[in-house]
Amino acid sequence: MNSRHIVSVGLYTAIFGALVLLTLATAGVAFVDLGGELNSIVALTIAVVKALLVILFFMHVRYSSRLTWVFAGAGFFWLLILLVLTMADPLSRDWLEAVIQ
Amino acid sequence: MPETAAAHAHHFDDLEQQHQASWLGMWVFLASEIMFFGGMFLGYTIYRTAYPQAFADASNHLDVWLGTVNTAVLICSSFTMALAVRAAQLGRPKPAILFLLLTIVLGAVFLAIKFTEYYAKFIEHLVPGGAFVYDDALAAAAEIFFSFYFAMTGMHALHMLIGVGLLATLIVKTARGRFSADYYTPVELIGLYWHFVDIVWIFLFPLLYLMGRHFG
Repeated sequence: MNSRHIVSVGLYTAIFGALVLLTLATAGVAFVDLGGELNSIVALTIAVVKALLVILFFMHVRYSSRLTWVFAGAGFFWLLILLVLTMADPLSRDWLEAVIQ
Repeated sequence: MPETAAAHAHHFDDLEQQHQASWLGMWVFLASEIMFFGGMFLGYTIYRTAYPQAFADASNHLDVWLGTVNTAVLICSSFTMALAVRAAQLGRPKPAILFLLLTIVLGAVFLAIKFTEYYAKFIEHLVPGGAFVYDDALAAAAEIFFSFYFAMTGMHALHMLIGVGLLATLIVKTARGRFSADYYTPVELIGLYWHFVDIVWIFLFPLLYLMGRHFG
């Protein structure tokens, strides 16, 4: 069961090292001109990877019951609905203007 | 309240089931926290889409160096928190207290750095309101950026403060021998909370500090 699993210090240290490296990488790459849009995509991708490492290992979700996956997944899926459905409006307004004109 | 290792409340079959219920309950709470912060992330996204130039310009007034250091400090604190939970799982109170203390110290370092950043923003007249000064045509939208900056990092800092308080109660309880390898649920759940607050910052850092550096 979830909490009965004891993660080794070595694995925790490896995850910690990866998180620090990704932090340095995202700060460093922000100063490299990838054309703006790609900069944002890289920064957010690194953030998602870091968050997944924290959730799966530090928060033990990798070793948890399926029900935990559903609960944790539901929270983030809801966030996706909030962001995607809402942004569908402001991001598509120009399209309609183009059609009218 | 089941404070001892062997006891479980009468409506649970056993300790394991009780633990599962607490664990899932904490995840429900964290889902509500996602909703709470999600609203602010959505607001930020909408206004950033509306005023991309001003948001990039205003973002460059933040100190990337301090932001990076603070991100590293928070990651260190998540690492020590994970080790504290591990020590609790193994029923070792002394290393658990040590790692909880380290987590508090790192949390305090984060808040101290955040405080100096806020202080600098007050000096530079970048705090939204009557004293806001921004000599640029982008001033109005830049003020919106700083409103989001203070709202989001402020709520994050409040969560950190609460977390530090919770960690202090864990140290007291651990020192009093309330936890064992059979019962350490509060340590584990407050650990989840601490890691969640870390994740919020993992997204705040690129969104507020980094994404203005190169704007296409």
